Amino acid sequence: MAILIEQTRLLTLSTIDVLVIAIYFVMVIGIGLYLKKFTQTGDDFFLAGREMSAWIAGLSFVAANLGSLELMGWAAAAYQYGILATHWYWIGAIPAMLFLGIVMMPFYYISKTHSVPGYLKLRFGEPSRALSAVSFALMTVFMSGINMYSMALVMKVILGWDINFSIWVSSLTVAAYVVLGGLLSAIFNEVLQFVLIWLGAILISIIGLIETGGWEGMVQRIHTNFPGGDYTHLWSTLGTFTDNPMGIHWTGIVLGLGWVISFGYWTTDFLVVQRVLSAKDLRSARLAPIIGAGFKMCVPFIVIVPGLLALAVLPTKLTGEAEALATGGHSFNEVLPLMLARYCGPGLLGLGITALIAGFMSGMAGNVSAFATVWTYDIYRALIKRDGTDDHYVSMGRWCTILGVLVSIGTAYLVMQFASIMDYVQALFSFFIAPLFGTVILGMLWKRATPAGGFWGLLTGTLASIAMWAAVKADPGVLKYIAVSPHAKDMAENMYRALWSWLICVFVTVILSYMTKAQPESELNGLVYGCTVLPKEDWVPTYKRPMFWAIVIAVILVILNILVW
Amino acid sequence: MSHRKGMIPIWFFIGILLLAYGVLILGAGIFDYMNPAAHPVVLSELHAGIWWGILLLALGGWYTLKFKPTKE
Repeated sequence: MAILIEQTRLLTLSTIDVLVIAIYFVMVIGIGLYLKKFTQTGDDFFLAGREMSAWIAGLSFVAANLGSLELMGWAAAAYQYGILATHWYWIGAIPAMLFLGIVMMPFYYISKTHSVPGYLKLRFGEPSRALSAVSFALMTVFMSGINMYSMALVMKVILGWDINFSIWVSSLTVAAYVVLGGLLSAIFNEVLQFVLIWLGAILISIIGLIETGGWEGMVQRIHTNFPGGDYTHLWSTLGTFTDNPMGIHWTGIVLGLGWVISFGYWTTDFLVVQRVLSAKDLRSARLAPIIGAGFKMCVPFIVIVPGLLALAVLPTKLTGEAEALATGGHSFNEVLPLMLARYCGPGLLGLGITALIAGFMSGMAGNVSAFATVWTYDIYRALIKRDGTDDHYVSMGRWCTILGVLVSIGTAYLVMQFASIMDYVQALFSFFIAPLFGTVILGMLWKRATPAGGFWGLLTGTLASIAMWAAVKADPGVLKYIAVSPHAKDMAENMYRALWSWLICVFVTVILSYMTKAQPESELNGLVYGCTVLPKEDWVPTYKRPMFWAIVIAVILVILNILVW
Repeated sequence: MSHRKGMIPIWFFIGILLLAYGVLILGAGIFDYMNPAAHPVVLSELHAGIWWGILLLALGGWYTLKFKPTKE
């Protein structure tokens, strides 16, 4: 096996590169050790003391999502599908982030909830919280394990590192700094990791564009290398399922991705929402996702552009994983390491690899800190021990951070033995996002929604999503009914399954709410639009207001879409 | 930018890290310039290591000075 690894690895690190990586590990552990003394209470450990500035909360909000698989995966998708992959960063993220900041954040923030399941408890009662908390906690640690395994696999392929070494060193480092400093430490490190990801990855795009003679030169080369394929238009090929490499229609992108999946993830997934809840005041909490949106809009420059550049400059064509294994070639997933190897010499290569490791750690720290909060507050305190002291819950938070990491490691080894588990767990995670968004958005914006409607809507939407997934697994022909086209491909399935499960959740919630007794408005104060008097903000100049920046970001988003229409 | 009295801001840690990286990458870039590799990377004539190292040094130096801990 060692010989195989030596033969197949893509990159060789110099001493300087190893030193760059080692310094990074020392720094993140050092930050955790330093912050331990500032992490004494439950609010410190689980919500970083609710004292973060808008910038720190906003950067952490984006970094928690910017895992290494996100970097590697979407660079690969850009090679495979072209610029269409940008939809996951623009329409598939920005409107939802702006909506979170402008519309939803006030309710999350002033309800003083610790988590999204905690909000459901306040709005719809204990059953809704229990359902969402248990599903979220389980899926978070499982997903963390899958990401850990995938990252270790990447390190094995590109650097020849032993898979056990990668798993244990990186996950124990994350465990150490999160146990020491809780969310505070996770957030501090995420900001550091965000800076490193940019400084390590942006060089590929800069040097690549110099090599191709700029954007126009890159597009020209792609057309020459792949005649007949359209890899450089964002919307103009989405009129039919057959005109684009993704096999998707614009309705799937706008309604499935841009509405349900994106809004579900960015506004209700506690992994990211937790970062914003740490903000020091309501204005910071509203600004944080908007600042995050500004940075998110730029991420395609370090993720999508390298994939497009690879289409333009790599001498060999990349293929799917199976074909690459059979032919000894390179797969789509190796785009980013291949481009790193193409442009980065000693030192810069170490910085690029550090960016990938930083991405992995920020994603994993996001998972385990969110797991620790939901387990401690929404499962342990709600269902097991209601009368513990604050110290007891902080201690529980530290222990379940370790437990979360160990379960993640266990999942990583399970996936190593049974690769198909990865597909199942990833699918499981997607089951909850769309219906949860339906439940939360109705809960916040519609005062007539009742606890019974909320709970049964969430449960029915989730079960419907599972049923559709199982039906396509059993008979792939069913996809044409779910995606409403015989030409739909795999990517379209997720979009339309999410859309249907959201609609079913909303439908059931509305019907059951009308069949059950409405809650008095006095119980909905601070939770629902129309029943809540939002606190008046102090007067600030226009350029410091969340709405002003949301409009600026929205206008830039529209312009960018038109530029590559 | 630190969120609590007495706490060193994250930007200071970032500054220190970038300074260290700047030194290492600039050093490697200069070494590479004086001893060109047998199999250089594409566009090695741009000496990306040198100017990226300088950029990291400048950024790191600025953050370190701007956010250095002070006695309150």
